[in-house]
Formats: sequence, structure tokens, C-alpha cells
Amino acid sequence: MLKVDVAVIGGGPAGLAAALSAKENGAEKVLIIERDVRLGGILSQCIHNGFGLHMFKEELTGPEYAQRYIDKVENSDIDVMMDTMVLEITKDKTIHCINNEEGYTIVKAQAIILAMGCRERTRGALNIAGDRPSGVYTAGSAQYMVNMQSLMPGKSVVILGSGDIGLIMARRMTWEGAKVKMVCELMNYSAGLNRNIAQCLDDNDIPLKFNHTVVKIHGNSRLEGVTIAKVDENFKPIKETFEYVECDTLLLSVGLIPENELTSNLEIDMNPVTKGAIVDEMRQCSMEGIFACGNVLHVHDLVDNVSKEAEIAGKFAAQYIKEGIEAQREVVVKNKDNVRYALPNYIRTDVEKLDIYYRVTKTIKPAVVNVYADNKVIKTKKMRVLNPGEMESINVDIPKAVAEISVEIKEA
Amino acid sequence: MSTKKERELTCIVCPVGCVMKVVQDGDNIEVTGNACKRGYTYAADEMTAPKRMVTSSISVEGGDMPLVSIKTSQPIPKEKIDATLIEIKKTIVKAPIKIGEAIIKNVAGTEADIVATRKVD
Amino acid sequence: MEIMVYDVAIIGAGVSGCSIAMELSKYDLKVIMLEKGLDVALGATKANSGIVHAGYDCEPNTIMAKLNVLGSNMMAKLCEDLKVPYENNGSLVVGFDDEDREKLESLYEKGIANGIEGMEIVDGDKARQIEKNLSEEVACALYAKTAGIVSPYELAIGMCENAVENGAVLEFDFEVIKIEKNETYKISSNDKSVEAKYIVNAAGVYADKISKIAGAEDFKIIPRKGEYILFDKQIPNKVSTVVFQTPSKMGKGVLTAPTVHGNMFIGPNAQDMDNKEDKSTSLEGLDYIKKMAKRSVVSIDYSKIITQFSGIRAVYDGKKDFYIKNSEVAPNFVQVAGICSPGLSASPAIGVMVKDLLEEAGLNMAKKENYNAKRDVPKPFAEMTKEEINEAYKKDKKYGRIICRCETVTEAEIVAAIHSKVPALTVDSIKRRTRGTSGRCQGGFCGPRILDILCRELDKEPHEIVKVDKDSNIVNSRLRGDK
Repeated sequence: MLKVDVAVIGGGPAGLAAALSAKENGAEKVLIIERDVRLGGILSQCIHNGFGLHMFKEELTGPEYAQRYIDKVENSDIDVMMDTMVLEITKDKTIHCINNEEGYTIVKAQAIILAMGCRERTRGALNIAGDRPSGVYTAGSAQYMVNMQSLMPGKSVVILGSGDIGLIMARRMTWEGAKVKMVCELMNYSAGLNRNIAQCLDDNDIPLKFNHTVVKIHGNSRLEGVTIAKVDENFKPIKETFEYVECDTLLLSVGLIPENELTSNLEIDMNPVTKGAIVDEMRQCSMEGIFACGNVLHVHDLVDNVSKEAEIAGKFAAQYIKEGIEAQREVVVKNKDNVRYALPNYIRTDVEKLDIYYRVTKTIKPAVVNVYADNKVIKTKKMRVLNPGEMESINVDIPKAVAEISVEIKEA
Repeated sequence: MSTKKERELTCIVCPVGCVMKVVQDGDNIEVTGNACKRGYTYAADEMTAPKRMVTSSISVEGGDMPLVSIKTSQPIPKEKIDATLIEIKKTIVKAPIKIGEAIIKNVAGTEADIVATRKVD
Repeated sequence: MEIMVYDVAIIGAGVSGCSIAMELSKYDLKVIMLEKGLDVALGATKANSGIVHAGYDCEPNTIMAKLNVLGSNMMAKLCEDLKVPYENNGSLVVGFDDEDREKLESLYEKGIANGIEGMEIVDGDKARQIEKNLSEEVACALYAKTAGIVSPYELAIGMCENAVENGAVLEFDFEVIKIEKNETYKISSNDKSVEAKYIVNAAGVYADKISKIAGAEDFKIIPRKGEYILFDKQIPNKVSTVVFQTPSKMGKGVLTAPTVHGNMFIGPNAQDMDNKEDKSTSLEGLDYIKKMAKRSVVSIDYSKIITQFSGIRAVYDGKKDFYIKNSEVAPNFVQVAGICSPGLSASPAIGVMVKDLLEEAGLNMAKKENYNAKRDVPKPFAEMTKEEINEAYKKDKKYGRIICRCETVTEAEIVAAIHSKVPALTVDSIKRRTRGTSGRCQGGFCGPRILDILCRELDKEPHEIVKVDKDSNIVNSRLRGDK
């Protein structure tokens, strides 16, 4: 049995930053457990640039961003177990994992930081009817095949979902010689960054069809085509608009879901909106000494924010071990009008300054964000536009003796 | 006779993606909507000589991965993207590769190098 | 060169064909299975409800009724011997009014006539005691203790492995296009041929085509499509028994049931098709299933759907019964056609009946002394205790690498499946044997890694690896030319 101070589950951007922060803040034995054969998490396959503008003031590709942290980890005495899958975490903070070098291993930790990232929403979860041929992938899976396995999934592509992964893959597949025929997006706004629409779709003359979805998949063996349709205000397909599009590859970029199997086995309180744990400002979960950060907590748009969040989790995991933390998480953080969620969900009574992260439920332009302490407005911020696809944060001073902080967004 | 060109475009320099309006009148370029100077430069370039960063992969021989991810060392002229990709696809590089190493110099005559964005052992 | 003449060639490796092969492998016979696909169980066998029916739904004095009851009674022991997942969890046919109650009573009567024990008509409250997730609207139910659930494709795989272990030969990629009769039968695909004294036609939805090719009886098989929706294992209000609604003339109706692996499903509907190959699900079909299932069971959480699929049953056009008999037109030719529901339940008994028919037709067979009834497969890693994991790892380090995270499937199990007696040559074959790709992420994480393993173990190029059939390649090519 291996005994550590802080065990970090996942060696992607969240896990790497959390481990380093825990070390910097005084944790002695820190261990990262990573299921892949290398550190870096999803960044390893994100070979496009756009990472690190806030953190490093320069634009890096995913692997470059990851390497900044991997270098620091390698130059520290943080332990790493790679190619190792965690099977179970029990309530006494025992981690059961396995790899093919050492077999079954048990790790006993004083604090655990969950950084498992997320998985992609599948075709099955979307209820797309039709055949079940090969040639249907989630965009991230296809990205792994192209960038890590050096395989070309197909030649004639339709993409469902205008999330960044889909937009980036539209360009990637085009640059590798495929014909990307269109991107269909159910909503009337893009889930991804405007810059990606410009540099991935517009640059390559790939049409983006808003209010469209795929209603049927065709192909007995390999994908042969899809039926797309326009949807009405209730997102129901309009029969008259059904159109058959020939293609041999369908990429799905329709949502990310935090990978919380290990978390739910611990019976930690979960937020049904984020699908991640309910946490306080230290990123500590409802179980003492267990922290969460990164995409496993809530899906992020910018990896820089993941690193910042992970630093918080790492710092307090180290503090928890040294001093314990009195969990007086008595101040509730709530979301009101037009706020899809606000995080953290609780704060300790002695917190003075807080960054609240939030997402809006629909595009509001222009918008005003109000933060209340009980019934009094303590901060107002005007925003030119707020999109559901862009997580924002607002920094507030927390007055003493409040019971509830709430966030509301209104049209300005 | 003046040739006035007007365009609305999204800046791609950083994740904010400002929507800008560019008006070009001969040599005079006016940009509105940009939140910073780099946006102005991008908009002006888009009207005269559009450039792009290219990221892709190059085949590796004898490494612990089949591909090394790469990027151009600076934005290259948009019209040279195809030629650049062709050169990238033809190239095979031997492991080990250091992050930042220039694998192709002056790719497709663009003055930009192709540099590795990860290390391959 | 001497050409091997088999005693029996079985056309079709669905659960019927596999059962027949298993039964015949108990005797000193040279048996070959000819399967057009790249795996067993590719027809209705892999896409049905997985129910072991008690048998009250069959008309008395039909072959269906007789084999259903016989087969169901054999199922528990057979699954134990073959190490196939099976559970005797009982079934409820629910009714909502007096008209339904009458239908339940008539099912009960049929059950008695078919010799079924352990049946009881209960009122709504008692039914809700048996199955706590039944809706409040359920007024009455027929409870059948002998009903159960089984993994249908694992049953076929288990039977087929047993047959192969005991000497039967299995040929994949053999689509029968010609049958010629001289002294023996010569059965040909477009590039291979095989000789056999007797033929068993167990070709599922294409049994009518095979019969025609052989110059045997002229009948029609109607492809009847049934769609299903499969839910996540962690769904609230999961049922524990099989919950039926009262049957109609198209079949047993939409049911809600658990699977042996802990998922829940609803379905099927029943739609007669013209096209034998159309396995597509439809918005209308899926909506219909959802509407029907709602009546029986307390709120189903549709956000927890994992996947949808459909299966095609082979229905004999003309009589509601199995068409199992010695051909009266073609000599030494056994018809095993129209094996729709309760085909799975009946399958262990189908093998025995066909063996009897072959004997009747003059095939002499002596029982093997060394027939091995037990199938030896390791326990799935996901079910192992820590001690069992350590033991397994000591023997094979590939038990240390988890490939499918959602279902906890190791590299060892995937490699074993590829090299097993009924080898897994495609991605879906691996799914059926190991559960890889059948979890929440539906292969998003493990799919590409399984592709790598298949390439390595089968020494194939990536574009040669397929999902189901020869044309369902997973990838188009390598990214950068050939290696």
C-alpha cells in the first residue's frame, strides 16, 4: 500500500496544475495517477493553437501548454503513475488502481483531487434514428484518431454541433484532404468561439447551418449519408425541410459531460446542472478532503481557467492536510434569472473576496450582471454580450454576516 | 476614382474574437470594433495580405509516437496554405525531436519554419 | 486431395444454428457451420429482448409451445455449464382494465395447457409488491415465476464455442449462393465450396431464399422489425422483472425489462417490412415505444438513454408457428425457419429436435465418449474480487491495462476474445464478448484503442478493421500514406 499526502486523479491540465500547486503549498508526497501513457490529458491531441493567452501571455498549441506544466512536474519530486486506471475510490480516501507494470495497487491518500476531465455526448444520447453504420464518431474521438493514431476517419464529412471541437475538426479534416460539407447547429447561435467560425469554417467555405440537426443516419455497413432538417422554436424537426446529404463520416460535437463515475461512487453531492460535484470556494466537495477541478467539475472553454481553478484546489488540498479546514460552508451561492449555474455553490463565512464563475442560459446582448448579498446588490457589471458558450467570472467583495450570495443576469 | 472596400470580419488573433468593421479606401485603412492593436493589424492584413497560422502533424520515424504535432513559426500568407500542407505531408522526420525544433525551414517559400510543438522520444 | 464430406452442414450461425451445432457435437459427426457474416449471432439473435419466456403466450399444441417450455426448462443448467449470464427474475404481464384481465386469464389458460408451473394472476397492489416500479394504473397482472433473462448473443457464442471445442467447424464469410445435389450436397459461396450429406437450413430471415436455392419448399419469411431503446445502468426506477403488456396479433407488445448486465431497455414495436436488410430505427418507432412503455412503469428518465437499435425477426408467412421439419421436397434437408419469438427461449430444445429429425432422416449417430459440456471461460474482470484480479494479473499482465473505462474491460479479455474458439474479428464482435464500447461513452474512449489491438493481433492494416461486416471499415486510411 502506497501512502501519499495528495493523490491527483488525472494528469491533464487540471491534474498537473493541481499537483504543482499542492506541492508549492506544502504537501510533501504528491502523486498523479494518469490512465494514458503520457501526461497532458486532452491537450495532447489538441494540436491547434489558442491556449495560454491569459496564463502565459502567448498563444500556444495544446501540447506546448501541457509541456509547460509537465516540465515543472518532471523537475519536482511529484510522483506519477501512468497507464494506470483508477477502479474505485472509497470513502476512507483509499484509491484502488491497476496498471500492467505493477498490477493492482492501493494508494491511501490524505486528500484527493479529482481531475478526470469529461467525455463526449454520444449519438445514442441524442436519439438520432436510422442505421448504425461505421463512420459515426464524436469529434474528440476523431481528433484522437487523426492526431495521435495518424489515421484518417473518412473523406466526406458532415459535422453536427458547432462546439469548438467540431469547428477545429472541420478545419483539421479539410487540411488533411477531406471534404467537410457542412456544420449543423441545433441552436441559432454557435456553441464555439467566433474566431473558430472565422478561421475554421469561413476560411474553408464550410457552411454553418443554424437551427439544423441530423434526424436520420443512413448506411448498412459504412455511413452513406445523413438526413438533415431545420428545427422549429421547440427544436422539433420540420418535415418539409428534410434533406439528404451524402457523406461517409459524421462527427458529433454536441456536448461534454464530466466523467464522474468515481465521484458518484463516493456519494458526493452532485450538481444536476453542471453534472459535476457541488463545491465550495476551495473546490472542496461535500466530503471533506476531496477536491475537484477542471472539466470534471464543470466544462470549461479556456484551459487557462482550468489551470487557475486547479491551483485553488491544490492549494487547499495542501492546507487541508496541514491544518484541516473547518467546513463552515454556510454561505450559499445561488443563481437567479438567466444564470445557468454559478460556481462555487458554497463559501465559508470568512471569505472576503470571491471569483464567481457563471454561464448565461441564452445569448443576452447587451447584458448586465448583478451580484446580490442577501437582498442587496453588491456589484454590477455591464457586458457587451453574454453567450452560453463562454464561461465568465466576476470578482466580488463579500460583506460580513450574509446568508446568501446570488447572481442574476438581465438585458441591459 | 476611389476604390472603397468595406468588410465585416471576426478577429482570430485571440479567443475574444472581436467583430470588426474595416473600410479600405486606397491605402487608407480604418478599423472599428477592435479591442486592441493586434486586432487592427489583423484587420488591415486581411484586406491586403491575409495570413494564417497553420498547425498540423508530421510523420515520425522511429519515435514513441507516429506523428509530431507542428505549427508554423509565424502566420503565413493565406494563399500559401495549400503548398505548405503539401510539404508538411511529404516530410518524414526522425526521432528524437525536441519541442520547438525547426523541422522544415522556410516552408513553401513563406519565410516561416515548421516547428515541433511537442517532444518525441 | 481428398475432399472432406461433412455429415451435416448448418447454414446460419444464429442461436438456432449454434444450438444445433452444439447438440450435434455430442455425437460422432462431422459438422460444419456456414455463416455469411464475420461473427455468430448477427441476425435477430443479437437484437432481441433477451427474454426466456415462461411459454404461456404460445398456442397449445404448436412446435413453438413445446420447444418454448422445453427450452426454458433447459436454460438455467445450460447457462451454468456454458458460463452465460442468465437470471430467473420472473415476468409480469400487466393489465389496466377488465378487458385486459380477460386477456390475462386466457394467457393463464394457455399456460396451463402448455404445462407451465408457477403462474398466478394478481391484482395491481400485489403486482406492485413484486415490481415496485410499476405505475399506479396497473390493475392486474399475470405473474410467471419461471420467466427469466439471458444474454442472447452470449448464449449463441457459448453454444458455438462448445460446439467448436467438441469438434464442429465454423466458417465465417460463407454466403451460400448455390446448392447442388449429387450423392452429397455441394454448397458453394462465390469463392469456396463444401460437401455435406445433410443440410440444416437455419438461415433466419433468409431461410426462404436458402430453401429455394436448395430446391426445397417454397415459403415466405416476413421480416418483422422491432426497435429498442437501451438505458444507462444508473437509471432511477429500473425494473427488476420483465414487464409485458397484453399481447396483440403482432406479438408480445412493448416491454420494459432489465438486461443481465444491469441496463434497462424498452421495446420492441413490430413492423412488417419489405426489405430484409433495413435495420434502421425511426423517430416514429422510437416515439411509439416510449409512449407504450410509459403506461406500465413509473417515470422513465429519457435523459439516460445510451443507444437505440432494432432487430429483424423471421416470421413464417402462413402459420403462427416454427417451421421445423424434414423437407418433404429436398432429401436430407432440415428446415429450421420462422424462428421468431420465442426462438431464443426455445433454442436449447431446437438443437435437440433437429438432432431427432436428422436421425429420423437416416443419419446414424453415436454419442461421443469425451463430449465436454462445460465451457471454461475466465470471469469478467469487472466481476473479479481483488484476489481474483491479482491471480489473473500474475498469469497475464494484460489484465493490468484497462481499455474500456466505462465497463472496466481489460486488454487481456479483448485479446482473448480475438483468439477465442469463435474468434472476435470485428469491433462489434469484441463488444459482444467483452462489453467493450457498450458503456456510457459508446466507444468514444476505447474504440480507437480497440482498433489498435485488432490491427496488432490480426496483423491487419487499420482500414481493414471493420465494425460488423466487410464494408463497415472504421477508418479510411493511414493519415500519411502507407507504412
